[in-house]
Amino acid sequence: MEKLLEQIKKGTVWAFPGGVHPPQQKSLSNSAPIARLPLPEKLVLPLKQHIGASGKLIVEKNQHVLKGQALTKPSANWSVPIHAPTSGTIIDITPMPSAHPSALPELSIIIEPDGNDTWCELSPVTNPATASHDELVDVIHNAGISGMGGAGFPTYVKADIKQPIEFLIVNAVECEPYITADDTLMREHAAEIVKGIELMQQLLNPTLCIIGIEDNKPEAITAMTEAAKHNEHILIQTVPTVYPSGGEKQLIKLLTNREVPNGGIPADIGILVHNTGTLYAIAQAVYEGKPLIERVVTVTGNTIHNPGNVWALLGTEIKHLLDYQGFSPVPQQRVVMGGPMMGFTLPTVRIGVVKTTNCILAPDHNELAEPGPEKACIRCSACADACPASLLPQQLQWFAKSKEYDKLQEHNLFDCIECGACAYVCPSEIPLVQYYRVAKVEIKEQIAEKIKSDRAKERFDARKARLEQEQAERKNRHKRKPAAKTADEQQKVADALARVKDKAGNSDNKSAVAAAIARAKAKKQGGELEPDNSEVAKERAARKEQARLYKEQKAQNNGDDEPVDNKKSAVAAAIARAKAKKAAQANEQAPSDDTVSESPVAANDKKAAVAAAIARAKAKKAAQANEQAQSDDTVSESPVAANDKKAAVAAAIARAKAKKAAQANEQAQSDDTESESPAPAADDKKAAVAAAIARAKAKKAAQASEQAPSDDTVSESPVTTDDKKTAVAVAIARAKAKKAAQASELAQQNENAEPQGNDESSEGSQQTAQEKKKAAVAAAIARAKAKKQQKEGNDQS
Amino acid sequence: MTLLYALIALGLLALIFGLILGFAAVRFRVEGNPVVEQIDTILPQTQCGQCGYPGCRPYAEAIANGDEINKCPPGGDATVKKLADLMGVEAKPLAGGEQADPVKTVAYIREDECIGCTKCIQACPVDAIVGATRQMHTVLIDECTGCDLCVEPCPVDCIDMLPVAPTKQTWKWQLDAIPVTQID
Repeated sequence: MEKLLEQIKKGTVWAFPGGVHPPQQKSLSNSAPIARLPLPEKLVLPLKQHIGASGKLIVEKNQHVLKGQALTKPSANWSVPIHAPTSGTIIDITPMPSAHPSALPELSIIIEPDGNDTWCELSPVTNPATASHDELVDVIHNAGISGMGGAGFPTYVKADIKQPIEFLIVNAVECEPYITADDTLMREHAAEIVKGIELMQQLLNPTLCIIGIEDNKPEAITAMTEAAKHNEHILIQTVPTVYPSGGEKQLIKLLTNREVPNGGIPADIGILVHNTGTLYAIAQAVYEGKPLIERVVTVTGNTIHNPGNVWALLGTEIKHLLDYQGFSPVPQQRVVMGGPMMGFTLPTVRIGVVKTTNCILAPDHNELAEPGPEKACIRCSACADACPASLLPQQLQWFAKSKEYDKLQEHNLFDCIECGACAYVCPSEIPLVQYYRVAKVEIKEQIAEKIKSDRAKERFDARKARLEQEQAERKNRHKRKPAAKTADEQQKVADALARVKDKAGNSDNKSAVAAAIARAKAKKQGGELEPDNSEVAKERAARKEQARLYKEQKAQNNGDDEPVDNKKSAVAAAIARAKAKKAAQANEQAPSDDTVSESPVAANDKKAAVAAAIARAKAKKAAQANEQAQSDDTVSESPVAANDKKAAVAAAIARAKAKKAAQANEQAQSDDTESESPAPAADDKKAAVAAAIARAKAKKAAQASEQAPSDDTVSESPVTTDDKKTAVAVAIARAKAKKAAQASELAQQNENAEPQGNDESSEGSQQTAQEKKKAAVAAAIARAKAKKQQKEGNDQS
Repeated sequence: MTLLYALIALGLLALIFGLILGFAAVRFRVEGNPVVEQIDTILPQTQCGQCGYPGCRPYAEAIANGDEINKCPPGGDATVKKLADLMGVEAKPLAGGEQADPVKTVAYIREDECIGCTKCIQACPVDAIVGATRQMHTVLIDECTGCDLCVEPCPVDCIDMLPVAPTKQTWKWQLDAIPVTQID
C-alpha cells in the first residue's frame, strides 16, 4: 500500500483499456471569461434535479420568494432541497417538460423574477475549521448540493460516508469534447475549489487528495497548482487526453490503478470522487452561506456566435441561454444537452437548466452529423477495442436485439458506463449505446415486476389463508350451535324458571335483580356471535343451577296442570321463552337481522311497566339498526280507545303481534320489524306480563315466518269491549292463529318446532295464574291452539 | 464355493444399497410437485383468473398436469416463452388472440362516484383496495396487479383500468421511431 502511495506521489498515471480520441473542440468556448446573463423572464425549476427523492414543497402559488430561499424541504432519504435562484413571484407550480431525453413532465416551480435579485438572509458558517462534522454535512445538505458532473448524486451522502476514505479524487478531467465549464471555473475560482477540497478533507480525512486534470487544460493546471500549493495533501495529476478518462471508474483506474468491483461503489475501495463544480458549490455554501442556485454552463457549437461559458441560474430556459449567446439555427437544428458523446437531443428548448446541465451544444450539420441508417454489424470488433469497461459491445448488441436479458447480465451489461465510445467507432453506425440503455431499462423493469409479483403472491396467499380461516370459523359456529341447543335448552329454561321462582319467595328487589340478570343473559345469548362464550355461559348456568335442576324441570313439564298460585311463574315463563328464542336466533345462519327482543320481567309493581317500556324501546332500536337501504318503516301506532285498561292492553298486544307478523313476512326488500306496541299505561302486573308474553311471541312468530314470502294482509281492528277477559282471549286467539298460519307456510322450516314448544310453555304460564281472568285467557289460548292445529293440518294437507 | 461367496457378497451389497435408498426415499422425500413451484414463479401473479383457473397457482398446477401454456394474457409472450422453455414444449401464440405485449394497467376508482358498497374489495385478489361500507374506496396502485376483477362487480361502474404512465425510470428510447421535435 505504501508502495502505491509512493507511486502516486511520484506522478505515475496508469491507463485504462480502450478509449477514443474525438476532436476536442474546446478552444471554441474556453477563451472568454464566464459571462453573466441578464435575468430571464421566467425560471422553471423541477423539484427533482438529482438521484433520489424530491423534497417536500414548502411554498405555494403566488408566493413571493427571495433569492436563495428554500422552495422544498428534504423529506425522505437522498432528497435535497431546491432554492429560488432569484427573488420573484411563484406564478405556477405545475408539471413541465424535464431535462431528460423523454422530456416527461415533472412537477416544477415557475418563478417570475421581480428584477431586484434580493438575497434572503444568508448564514455562512462562521468558523468552518472548528465546525463539527454533522454541522458541515447539514450545511451541504440544506444548500441543495448534488453532484454537478452528470449523475446528480446527493453530495451530503458522499460527505457523510461511513467507510474509511483513503483517496479523495477531484474530477477535473472534463474529457468530453466541447465542454469547458470546469476548465474555466478552475481558471477563475481555483481558490474556492481548493477551499471546497479542504472542507471535504476535513470531513473525510483521506490520506491524499488527487486532482486529475487532462493535459489539454494547461491554464487550469497552473491555476490549481498555485491555489493548492500550501496544502501538501493535495496532489495535482495530469492525465492524458483520452475519452472517457473523466468517467469515475476510469479516473480511479488512471490515478490509483484500482478498479471498482462489479456492482460496487468507489467507497468500497476507499475512494471518493467529486466534481470541481460540486466542490466550488460546497465552498460557496459553507463560506458564503449561498445555496446552489447557479452553475457554469458551456454554450457552444457552430451555430452560436459567441460560444463561451455563462453563469446560468438554475431554471433558466435553454432558449434564453442560446439567444444571449447569439444563436442562428440551421434547418433541422439540434440542440444537445451535455456533450456530443453522452448528451441527448432536447425535444424542446423550453427546458430549464438543472443542477447537472454542464453544456448546451447547438451544432450545425457538418460538425455533428445526424446518425445515418443503421447497417449490419460486420464484426470488426472496433467497439470491443474502444470499450473502456472491457466489455464485449458486439455481443451485448446481439443479446439486446434478441432480448436475451439473462445473457446480457452474464456479460455484465450493468458495468457499461454508456460513454458512447463503441457507437463512436462503429463503422456500421449502429446506435449501440441506445440498445444498451433500452436493455437496461427492460431488465430493471423485469426485476421490479418480479418483486411486485412476489408481493402480489404473498398478498394473495395471505388473503386466501384469511378467507379459509373465516370460513372454518363460520362452519364451526354452525356445527356447535345445534348441539348446544339440544343439550342445554331445556335445562336453561328450567334454570330461568327456577331462578325467578326462587326469587319470588324473597323480596321484590331481589326479583328485580334476578330479572335484570336474566335479561342480560338473554341479551347476551341473542347478540352472541362467538360460539365459545355462549358455551361457557351455558356451562356456568348449568353448574350454578344443577342443584335445582331436577325439581324445576319437573315443574316445567307439569306446568300445564299444576295450579301454581304464584303469579311470578308467569314471569318466569316469559323469561324462559325469551331465552329460548334468543338461542334460536343465535343459531340462525341466514343473514337475518337479529332483533334483540327483550322480555320484560315484571315484578309485582310499577317496575313491570317500566320494564315493558324499556323492552319496547330496545326492540325498536334493534329494528332500526337492521334497517336495510330501501326499506319503508311502517310504524304501527294504534290508539287505544278502551275504557278498561286490560282490554286496551290486550287489544294493543294483539295488534302489535299481527303487525309484526305481517312485517316480517315482507322479507324480500324490507325485513325491518319496527314494532311499536302501544304503551300500556297499566299499573297492573298482569297486563305487563301479558304484554311481555305477547311481544315475545310475536317476535318469535316473526322470526319463524321470516323466510316465507307470504302476502301481508293482516289487519287488526281495535277491540273495544268492556269485558276484559273476552278481549284478551280474543286477541290472543287471533294473534296465535295468524302466527300459526304463517308458521305453517314454510314447510321446510324447522323453526316451527321451537315456537310450538314455546307456545306450550307460555300457555302453561298463563294457566298458572290464579285469578279468574286467567282462566278465561287460558281458555282462549286453548281455543286458539286448537284452531292453529286445525289450520296446520289444513295447510299441510 | 467361490460362486456362493460372490452371491452372498452381491446379496449383501444389494441389501445395503436397498436400505440406503429406502432411507433416502423417506428422509429426503419431496413434498408436492417441484415443477409447480417453478411454473408459479414464472406466472405474473396477477391472480386475474383469465386462464380459467382461480389464481396463478391453480393454473401452474394445471400446466404441470398438461394444460396449455398460452392461457396467461397478463404474462404475454414473454411468459409463454419461459413456460415453453421450462416445460420443453413449443411456444405458441396466446390463446384467444390476446396482445403479445400486454399494456400494464392499474385500477382507478372515480372516488366521487363510489357508493362504498365494498364489492370491489371482496373481489380484489391481493387486497389492494381499501375502504369501508358507505365510505369511499381507493386503490393502492403499488399493490394493484391490474387483474380487472374489480371492474365487473362495481354496481356504479366507477372503476377504470388505466395504463401505467411511464416515468423517467421506465421510459425507453424508441429505437425505430421517427424522431419528433417541437419547433418553437
